[in-house]
Amino acid sequence: MTGPVNTSPRTSLLAAYGPILAVALVLALLPLATTANTVLNAMVLALLIALAGQGWNILGGYGGQFSFGHAVFFGTGAYAVALLQSRLGLNAYLAFGAAVAIGAAVGAAIGFLSFRSGLRGSYFALVTLAFAEVFRIVANASPWTGGASGALIKLDMRPENFQFASRATFFWIALALVTAALVATRMMERSRFGAYLVAIRENEDAAKALGVNTFRVKLQAITASAAVTAAAGAFYAQYFLFVDANIAFGTWISVEALLVPIVGGLGTVFGPLIGALALHGLAEATKALAGRLPGADLALYGALLVLAIAFAPNGVQGLFNRLKGGFSTRRAA
Amino acid sequence: MFSPDIVIAAVLNGLLTGAVYALVSVALTLVYGVLHIINFAHGAILTAAMFAAFFAHQAGIDPLLSVLFIAPAFFALGYAVQRWIIGPASHGDDRNILLVTLGLSIVIENVLLAAFRSDTRSIDVPYGFSVVDLGFVFLPMPRVIAFGVTCVVAALLWALLTRTDTGKAIRAVAKEKLGASLVGIDVTHIYAVTFGIGAACLAVAACVLLPSYYVNPRVGTAYVLVAFTVVVLGGMGSVPGAMIGGLLIGVVESLSGLYFGESLGQLGIFLIFILVLLVRPTGLFGARA
Amino acid sequence: MSEPLLRVEAVSKRFGGLLAVDAASLVVEAGGITGLIGPNGAGKTTLFTLVSGFEKPTTGRILFKGRDVGALAPHERAALGVARTFQIVQPFAGLSVRENIAVGAHLRHPRRDDALGKAEAVAERVGLADRLDAPASGLTVVGRKRLELARALATEPELLLLDEVLAGLNPSEVRDIVPIIRDLRHSGVTILMVEHVMQAVMSLCDTVYVLAQGRMIAEGPPAAVTRDPAVIEAYLGHGAAARLAAREAAHG
Ligand SMILES: Nc1ncnc2c1ncn2[C@@H]1O[C@H](COP(=O)(O)OP(=O)(O)OP(=O)(O)O)[C@@H](O)[C@H]1O
Ligand SMILES: [Mg+2]
Repeated sequence: MTGPVNTSPRTSLLAAYGPILAVALVLALLPLATTANTVLNAMVLALLIALAGQGWNILGGYGGQFSFGHAVFFGTGAYAVALLQSRLGLNAYLAFGAAVAIGAAVGAAIGFLSFRSGLRGSYFALVTLAFAEVFRIVANASPWTGGASGALIKLDMRPENFQFASRATFFWIALALVTAALVATRMMERSRFGAYLVAIRENEDAAKALGVNTFRVKLQAITASAAVTAAAGAFYAQYFLFVDANIAFGTWISVEALLVPIVGGLGTVFGPLIGALALHGLAEATKALAGRLPGADLALYGALLVLAIAFAPNGVQGLFNRLKGGFSTRRAA
Repeated sequence: MFSPDIVIAAVLNGLLTGAVYALVSVALTLVYGVLHIINFAHGAILTAAMFAAFFAHQAGIDPLLSVLFIAPAFFALGYAVQRWIIGPASHGDDRNILLVTLGLSIVIENVLLAAFRSDTRSIDVPYGFSVVDLGFVFLPMPRVIAFGVTCVVAALLWALLTRTDTGKAIRAVAKEKLGASLVGIDVTHIYAVTFGIGAACLAVAACVLLPSYYVNPRVGTAYVLVAFTVVVLGGMGSVPGAMIGGLLIGVVESLSGLYFGESLGQLGIFLIFILVLLVRPTGLFGARA
Repeated sequence: MSEPLLRVEAVSKRFGGLLAVDAASLVVEAGGITGLIGPNGAGKTTLFTLVSGFEKPTTGRILFKGRDVGALAPHERAALGVARTFQIVQPFAGLSVRENIAVGAHLRHPRRDDALGKAEAVAERVGLADRLDAPASGLTVVGRKRLELARALATEPELLLLDEVLAGLNPSEVRDIVPIIRDLRHSGVTILMVEHVMQAVMSLCDTVYVLAQGRMIAEGPPAAVTRDPAVIEAYLGHGAAARLAAREAAHG
């Protein structure tokens, strides 16, 4: 599975960033249309998964390094933001920034160890999975992280504590984070770093021969990827004011983080967002239909993963493009 | 410090557990050796087989008997899954196979969860609490049986791989896919047969495991992570490596449980796993990369 | 005498029990085209992987512009000015021709627009200008060879290692590519090429080295080398040179 060929590399700034801003503006209007907490709550969650998935997409979609353990970054962000506040009394916003930085550092460390040893494919997937498990077991056992009962952030609903009475505020913050990630991804696409990353995905030896320091590029990619996914985790903990090992480092988030870009369009800017909205929409619909069977939503996700790979190698976007394929006008270079 | 008797007992118990690890790992490594891909649905298939054995027992059939039809059934199931789902869905791309097996594992685990909830179930068999007395140590009967059955399966597998035409074809495909297809071996068929054999091994493991263990929708995960470790330790694709690695991990787990307590024993396995992956991804016994 | 661009000194490479390159030495003078020929399995590609840094020699030294580059990674050698093509072409299959070449161009042009501009210029030079937006996976054999060449060129190398760029092409395609290579040399790129197509070797190379079973058995101007009995024996088997000479004498 590879990203689509970019046929118009020197698009204008407007063509590159306009769609992102347009999407952000449209989504931003949502709280004006509804004040129902359930809807806003579902949207916040979907955005959060989109953010986590955008992190995965940088490393997996653009770089071709499939991590099966992105929970390790999500969980690091979540625990860091909670513990820095509850244990060290750090301000919530500082804690958020620090959590992203710590997540990035964990990414750099895991990347350094894995890529230095030349792990790819199955091996890289396995080692990331194992790291997530190690973090889960430790967080679940260590008294410092609150053990099996998890970690709480003290409820004190004031804006200076990054706590808001209105769901809409959280929604807008989540949207701002996602928009920032979209813009950053687009900038990456249009940079030398992005070109190198994609080259590594397509053929690592050829990239080396052309002067690409593949180790360094992969290391930078996993660091950025971890930072974005850690931001999602930190936001999660800040939103629910609670985190435990099975949420933070659980398989569910590793799976969702890789699923949304695959469903939405691997190695594309909008893939994770589209995937997250589609999946969560679908999950809500099945919940309405099938009630709350435990595991039903994940079973559905698993089936979608298989179906997406079998029938939509370029995700929902690819399907859409194929459908309108006949009369789409291609910009001449 | 512990007395030598306790340590020896821990080692023997570790070997008994390790035999089951070995069986689960052999299945994983066999599939890796031929398809060159980690089957992430491995744990879920084991879980499914344990549920099959559980319900066979509910119907009054002892797992040691039901294995005789559960194993063939899982062979057929594994064959079908590889031939008609994994193969076609992945369009021959390694990364896709990885994701498809991951997707399958999520589906199987969560369908089981939806159907049977997260309750933990176990069964009673007449020999459940009998022991084998070696004079200085008592070994639980179900695990001794598991050990015996594993040895038999290992021997059968060995004979299959070295003595039969199918076995030779499997080894040929593992070595050189293109060459094998040029001499007229149906590679798609051999892939599916290999996957089927893997699933059948898991079914056997499930049946011998159940009497001394329990089943819930997540039970396979614990085993499969151990199996990953074993397979990496033994060298991906190496059957003897998986055998020895399985026994080794069983002993390591048992001893570290003795010295450091249960939950950290599990942590020990993961740390070994990561270490081996990072330092020597070709495995301790230096099989191919 | 001034230092040659590339000096390979008694380099050996062992793969397990096989000595693929056995104490081979060669010198590439700046500005010329040097050929490396030899029967199949002689170790030519292996020598290229050693010079480009994909493998480390078991023994021996590799000097580029007088500097020992033996310990440098492939990307570091590329940065110094050594570019290689692959005998089995290695395109970035999912990317367009333009993106493929731009990856090479980025080595000297960090900015995206500059790299894309450079890619277009290089594509023009190797005859891919009309295929810029085509996916690399859609190119014909000769198209892929051109792309392989273009990407290496885009790194603006001083030394270009070409591994059988003409293999698999029909005679008219060969006639298309040969002038491109000649033109490269005139623009100042030094070339070391492995090639089986002998007319091309004869017409392009100033000096030819002959590798057989890992050992360098001859060097010199192409015409002289192809008459060397040792070379004929290496290609055609033991006693072949004597038989040929006898036949020539009989006809003469
Ligand atoms: N990575 C490797 N591991 C083991 N053996 C190798 C490796 N690379 C090359 N060889 C062996 O080294 C010998 C030289 O191979 P090489 O590819 O260098 O020959 P060549 O001269 O390029 O041949 P050709 O003209 O067919 O391309 C061959 O016997 C080959 O099988
Ligand atoms: Mg060669």
